[in-house]
Amino acid sequence: MTGSNLRILIPEVFLFLSALFIFAYDLGIKRKNPRQIGYIALAGIAITGILLIFFHGGILYHGMFSSDSLSVFFKIIFLGSAFMAIGASFEIASEKIRNHRGEYYGLILLSTVGMMFLSSANELLTLYVGLELTTIPLYVLVAYYKDDKLSVEAGLKYLIVGAFSSAILLYGLSLLYGMTGSTYLVGIKINLSVIFLTYGKIGPGLILAMVMIIAGIGFKLALVPFHMWAPDVYQGAPTPITGFLSVGSKAAGVIAFSRIFVNGLIAFSTDVMKPLDWGIIVAILASAAMIIGNITALRQRNIKRMLAYSSIAQIGYVMVGMVAASTMGVAAVGYYMFIYLFANMGAFTIATIFNDKTGSDDIVNYAGLSKSSPFFAACMTIFLLSLAGIPPLGGFVAKYLVFAAGIQAGYTWLVILALLTAVVSLYYYANIIKMMYFSPETPAQPIKPSLLARLILLIAVAGIIFWGVFPGTILNFATETAKVFAF
Amino acid sequence: MNILSYIIFFPILGFLAILFMPKARPNAVRWTAAFFSFVPMILSFYLTYDYYINYSSSSAMAFVEGPFNWISAINVHYFLGADGISVPMIFLTGLLSFISIIYASFIFFLLLETGMMGVFSALDFFLFYVFWEVMLVPMYFLIGIWGGPRKEYAAIKFFLYTLFGSIFMLVSILILYFTSEPHTLNMIELIQTAPALTHSLQLFCFVFFFIAFAIKVPVWPFHTWLPDAHVEAPTAVSVILAGVLLKMGTYGMLRVSWPMFPQAVRYFSIPIAILGLVGIIYGALVSMAQTDLKKLVAYSSVSHMGYCLLALGAFSSVTAMTGCMFQMVSHGLITGALFLMVGMLYDRAHTREIAAFGGLGVKIPVFTGLMVLFSMASLGLPGMSGFVSEFMVFIGSFGSFKLITIFAVIGVVLTAGYILRMVQRMFLGEFNLAKWGGLTEINLREILTLVPLAILTIFIGVYPSPLSNMMKATLENIVNLMAR
Repeated sequence: MTGSNLRILIPEVFLFLSALFIFAYDLGIKRKNPRQIGYIALAGIAITGILLIFFHGGILYHGMFSSDSLSVFFKIIFLGSAFMAIGASFEIASEKIRNHRGEYYGLILLSTVGMMFLSSANELLTLYVGLELTTIPLYVLVAYYKDDKLSVEAGLKYLIVGAFSSAILLYGLSLLYGMTGSTYLVGIKINLSVIFLTYGKIGPGLILAMVMIIAGIGFKLALVPFHMWAPDVYQGAPTPITGFLSVGSKAAGVIAFSRIFVNGLIAFSTDVMKPLDWGIIVAILASAAMIIGNITALRQRNIKRMLAYSSIAQIGYVMVGMVAASTMGVAAVGYYMFIYLFANMGAFTIATIFNDKTGSDDIVNYAGLSKSSPFFAACMTIFLLSLAGIPPLGGFVAKYLVFAAGIQAGYTWLVILALLTAVVSLYYYANIIKMMYFSPETPAQPIKPSLLARLILLIAVAGIIFWGVFPGTILNFATETAKVFAF
Repeated sequence: MNILSYIIFFPILGFLAILFMPKARPNAVRWTAAFFSFVPMILSFYLTYDYYINYSSSSAMAFVEGPFNWISAINVHYFLGADGISVPMIFLTGLLSFISIIYASFIFFLLLETGMMGVFSALDFFLFYVFWEVMLVPMYFLIGIWGGPRKEYAAIKFFLYTLFGSIFMLVSILILYFTSEPHTLNMIELIQTAPALTHSLQLFCFVFFFIAFAIKVPVWPFHTWLPDAHVEAPTAVSVILAGVLLKMGTYGMLRVSWPMFPQAVRYFSIPIAILGLVGIIYGALVSMAQTDLKKLVAYSSVSHMGYCLLALGAFSSVTAMTGCMFQMVSHGLITGALFLMVGMLYDRAHTREIAAFGGLGVKIPVFTGLMVLFSMASLGLPGMSGFVSEFMVFIGSFGSFKLITIFAVIGVVLTAGYILRMVQRMFLGEFNLAKWGGLTEINLREILTLVPLAILTIFIGVYPSPLSNMMKATLENIVNLMAR
């Protein structure tokens, strides 16, 4: 089996090679055209995407690496978020990171390679290594504005918290291995049930392992109460990287979580297994995330901090689908992340361009934007309304799906709570719309995004509207991915 | 695609067309907007006529489209249809939307019209919910961009309040979906199966739906968004808000809550009627205290929609249900017209303080005449639609709640009190020549927007049977469903 299926590694290998090529190219070639290297990175991602269409399906290395539909779905999300992050970086690359563009783009690609490995990992070590490859380039990227104190502080914070959480995660994973003697998720699943059937119970070590893994991944996801780092890091990092963190890196956490819990530990998702029941733990964390994320976001004056808290809350909604641990739940989570990619990356792209042109991240400065730059303001409005879950945009269908999955699984209280916090969230999303449209002020000059940025915004808007009105294709794909877990 | 789809989606085409038009030519925008709301209006007139002639004898859905698969993974269908309770609403929406667009061509009206028409014809819960929510955004922009001094507060209050209501509806919809076997969102099927739910689940779902609809109506104590929204909203938006949006609440009750949860309605019928009564009396009393003409009309809406709720409480009477529908139609016509006239006066005088005027009848007789006409209709003068509807409400609900109905009749006296006082202080008495000497009479365009409303108000008042025949079969069917 090994060897014959090596072809399914082609997309990852290609992306890895493009990252290396970019490093080398930046060293060797004189930087006449600052945009050139960015276009190479974009092309690398695009070609990887195309390769992914041709080379997928099958398992490699005895099932360590599995290119199933679930992983393909998430790889599309990773590539999409990397593409949009790089597209949004063109402006800042020519201004603020003049001398290290090659590393900047290369590191984004490397991190994406990590995510792609992670999403295919059916085994704890591969998963862990994938997660590290995802995060380590991000430590560097977050601190990329070397002269900016906030950015450096953010990088250090992210590094310390990230290393700490990785250690906790690793400890949890090793406990799981110690209990079951296997690092394969399938093996863990089988051995746990064997233990359960033989002894009639499972020791408290499993709770410890689960709590540690939830904490470790919770840090990556910025799930409450492991979210403290997120606002500072989001604020300090270069804005496209913040977008990449909030979408790509979160999606990586989401798939790691669903592989371990919704697949490996599926038997422990119901309250029949009390107290070995991760469902209720995650449900409580999700409600905390929705409450704290949304309420804290109300008070933010800085758009990046506001989006940071909003994305803390958004991950809470995703977790509602996760605790459902059903076909519908997994499909809902996938669809949610897919729409979230467009809406959140779009919003961060807007924030990037706005910061470029005006040098400000303050929400107050968005006042009157609809008069000077109507296209720009309209795009932002659509992203925000989608994040708030207003039909007929994609965000609504996404929320509908996770809530439906929650109700189906019997978590009615969680869904009602989620809906109530969604109303709260509308207030701060609408606050920006209010600034842009209702304010009598008129900004001095219009904001003219570059052609590429316009294109990215257009794609994001079109995706949100089209897949909001006709969610069929993506939803069927997402439902297909749930079959990987064989509920 | 048939007529309902055209009515729903034609305005959106106009919205898209105008988005890509050059801003420098306001006249072109104006005419395009008018055209794209004129066509649905004509179609809705034709639909009403067709329904009246061909379909009104049975309670079955007419103009049915679908159910077509829309999102197959979650059993969502595209499913439209119209019956005796939706056709009058579609008629009203078509008419008032066109009038509002003529009065002020805000392009968001076109988006709003799509949402409203959709709510009145959707037969799939997902579709219903989407249309229900779609309206919030254009309304938010309409109030927020073109509103008065406290527009931002009013806009977000409206948005949050209604969204808060509709999330409860969403929970109920999901519960209905997962308790039905096989899972369905088809409202017609759910009307058949939902009464088989356990009693407690019915009560739960009913209360959740009721919160959503009651906020829209608005039923006292959920009404506090309404005065703010009305006072800040521009005239044409108030017309749509009072004329159509409020009716979506009562329409939702008739379409969803009442036939689906008959046991719950029986259980809650007295509280519902009492809420209606409180609305009638409270709205009238607060109207009396208003010094601002627009606020007076806004609070009178709370009072008038209270009659609908009182009638809905008397669920076993076809007369009461007919009265409720009549009240919805006639309140749409009358209050729409009153808001238009308040706006016309405000455009000229730049104030809405009742005390600032006096003796206007001398200076602007046509305006005064029309205003008095609609005011009389609002207080329920016989010969006008307001009388017919209130009369039917009282007759219908008296059988169920004697005491409550007797108290509700006091509301009529209170209504007469504040309306007559307003007319007297504004149009009779001494004319202040120095202040209002320059006031101009309303022009032909404005008269033309009011005339259709006046004609319909009088027509329904004098000859109500076409309207009642149109919805008779449907309402009888609903009352029968309620007996389960």
